[in-house]
Amino acid sequence: MSVVVRTVTRLLLPAVVMFGAYVVMHGHLTPGGGFQGGAVIASAVALVVVAFGARRIRRHKETLSVLEDVGALAFVVLAFLGIGGTFFYNSLAGTGGLFGQEVAMGANPGALNTGGMLPLMNWAVGLKVLAGLGSIVLLMGLLGGDDDR
Amino acid sequence: MSLAMHVPILAIAVPLLGAFALPLMAKVHHRLRDLWALVVGAFTVAMIVTLAVQVFTVGVQVYTLGADTPDATLGPQGFPIRITLVADAMGAFMALISALLGGAALIYALGFLEESKGKTLSMSLFLLLWAGMLGLKLTGDMFNFFVFLELTSVAACGLIGYRAWESRPPEAAFKTLVMFILGGLMVLLAVAILYGEYGALNMAFLSAQIGGSLLDRVALGLLLGGLLMKAGAVPMHMWAPDAYGEADANTAIVLVANTQAGLYALFRVVFTLYGGAATPEVGYLVTTLGALTVLVAVLMAVVQTNLGRLVAYGAISQIGYMLLAAGVGLVTLGVGPEFGRVALQGGVFHMFNDAACIGLLFLCVGAVRRAAGSGDLRSLGGLAHTEKWTSGFFLLGALALAGIPPLNGFASKLMIYQSVFQLSPILTALAVLASILLLAVFVRAFQGAFLGPRQSMSGAPLSPAMLAGMAVLAVVVIAFGLVPDLVVRHLVAPAAEALWTGRDVYLAAVLGG
Repeated sequence: MSVVVRTVTRLLLPAVVMFGAYVVMHGHLTPGGGFQGGAVIASAVALVVVAFGARRIRRHKETLSVLEDVGALAFVVLAFLGIGGTFFYNSLAGTGGLFGQEVAMGANPGALNTGGMLPLMNWAVGLKVLAGLGSIVLLMGLLGGDDDR
Repeated sequence: MSLAMHVPILAIAVPLLGAFALPLMAKVHHRLRDLWALVVGAFTVAMIVTLAVQVFTVGVQVYTLGADTPDATLGPQGFPIRITLVADAMGAFMALISALLGGAALIYALGFLEESKGKTLSMSLFLLLWAGMLGLKLTGDMFNFFVFLELTSVAACGLIGYRAWESRPPEAAFKTLVMFILGGLMVLLAVAILYGEYGALNMAFLSAQIGGSLLDRVALGLLLGGLLMKAGAVPMHMWAPDAYGEADANTAIVLVANTQAGLYALFRVVFTLYGGAATPEVGYLVTTLGALTVLVAVLMAVVQTNLGRLVAYGAISQIGYMLLAAGVGLVTLGVGPEFGRVALQGGVFHMFNDAACIGLLFLCVGAVRRAAGSGDLRSLGGLAHTEKWTSGFFLLGALALAGIPPLNGFASKLMIYQSVFQLSPILTALAVLASILLLAVFVRAFQGAFLGPRQSMSGAPLSPAMLAGMAVLAVVVIAFGLVPDLVVRHLVAPAAEALWTGRDVYLAAVLGG
C-alpha cells in the first residue's frame, strides 16, 4: 500500500488497540465487553495486514494460536474457581479485594473496581477473540495471494 | 461441598477444558497430549456414569450455574433467571450413549490418527464436540440449547473437513455446515419467538406456559425443521452420507452420537417443551418422516459402491426407525395406550443399539480403509484372510444392525415392529422390508470386502488401540442382545418414561412444587 496508508496505519494503530482495550476493560460498566473489544483489537491486525501485507507478521501466527488457547483456558478456569458455590459463581464480587468493591446504589458513573469475576472473564474472552479473529484475518491475508508490497 | 453435587457441569466443563488445553499439551510433547486426552476422557466418562447412577437411583438432577447453591433454580421473585442444567432419565441415557461412543472414539483415535495428519487438531475438536453434545443433552435453558447446538455444528464441521489437503472432506464439511447453520438459525428464530412471547428462556418455565398459540406453533415448526436437519432425516439428509463417508472412522462415530443428540433435542422439544400442547398431527408428521427415512436411506444404500457411504446410508435409515417409534409415541401421547409406551421404549432402546452397532461398523470401515488403502467395494476383496478381527466385528455389527437375534438390534426392532403394528400394519411392513433390504446390503458388502481370494495389501496393520475401541462396542452389541430385558427395565424404561409421563417431574424439579 501507499505511504499515506502506511503512515496513517502507524498513527492509528495505538489508538485502535487502546480503544479495544478500553472496551474490554469496561465490559461490566458500559456497552461492549470481551467479544466486542477483542474484535476491535483484531481490526488492528486487519489494518496491519492491509497496509503492510500478511507476510510481515506471519511469524506471529503461532503466538496468536497460543494466545487463543490461553484465553479460552483462562475463561474455563475462572468459571471453575466458583465451584465452591457453583460453576460460574462470582466468588470475587463484594469481597473488597480485586474487583470486589460493593456496587453503589442509584445513578452513578460506575467504578472500574467492581464486578468480581466479570472483568476477568471479559479479559479472557477479549484475549480469545482478538487472537481468534486476528488469526483468521492473518490466514486470509496469507492465503489470498497477498503479492503487492 | 462435595464434588458429587457438581457432576452435571463437570461432565460438560471437563471435556471443554480438555479441548482448550490439548493443543498446549501437544506443544510440549505428543505423548503428554495423548495422556491428557485419555485422562480427560476417563474423567468425563466417570462423571457421566456417576450422573447416570444419581439420576436412575435418586431422580432428576438440577444444577444452577452461578447461583449460591446448585439447587437454587429460582431467583428472588420465584422466576428462573439463571442457566439451569437438568438431567432427567432421558438426558442421562443420552449422556451414556455419548460416553460409550466418545470413549470408543477416543481409544480408537489414539491408534488410528497419524501424527503428521492433524492428530492434535482432530482430538481437540473431538473433545469440543463431546462437550457440546453433553451440554445439549443436559441443558435446561433454550438459549443454552442453541449455543450448544452451534458448538456441536462448528466442531463437527471442523472434524469432517480439517483434512484440507484432500479435496473431498472440505466439500463434505461445507455441505454439512450449510445444513447445520441453516438449522441452527431456524432454532435461533424459534428461541427468539418464544422469548418474545413469554419473556423467559428456561425450558421448564416455557413448557408450563406454552398453550399452543399460533406463535407457539410457528416456533414448533422452526424447531422441528432445524432439528430434523441436524438429525439427518430424509429429505434433509443430503449432508449425512458425505459427512459420514469422508470423515475419519473415529469422527464418524462421534457424528453418529451428534446426530442422535439432534434427535434427542427433537424429543425434548416435542415431549417436554410442547408436551402440554401436544397434538397428534405432529406425531403423524414425525411418523411419516420416519417411514420415509427408513425406506429412502435403505434404497440408497443398495446402490452404493463405497463401503463408507454404504454404512452411512445404513446409519441414516436407523434414524428413521427412531423417528418412526417416537412418532407413534407422540400420536398417542395425549391418549396413552400401552403400545405408545412400548413404541417409545423401542425407539429409545434402538438409539443405544444403533450407537453400538453403527459405531462398530464405522470403526471397521476405518480399519478396512487403513488395511486396503481404499473403501471401494469394486476393488476390495479377500480381507478376511488377513483382517480376522475386523471381518468378525463387521459381521457382528451388520447382523446386529439388520436385527438378527440374539444381537441387540433385534431386541429393539422387535419392540418397534410390535407397537407400530398397532397404529398401522403398513408402517411395520415397510420397516420389516427395509430391515431385510439392509441385511441384503450388508451381506453384499461383507462378501465384497472380506470374502474372495486373497489380494495384495498396501496399507498398515490394525493397531491395538483400534482393536480395543472396536472391542468396547462389540461387547455392548453382544451384551445388550443377551440380556435385553434387564437393559430395558433398568435403563430404557425410565428414560422412555421421562418422555412419556415425566414432564411433570421435570417441571417440578426446576420450578419447585
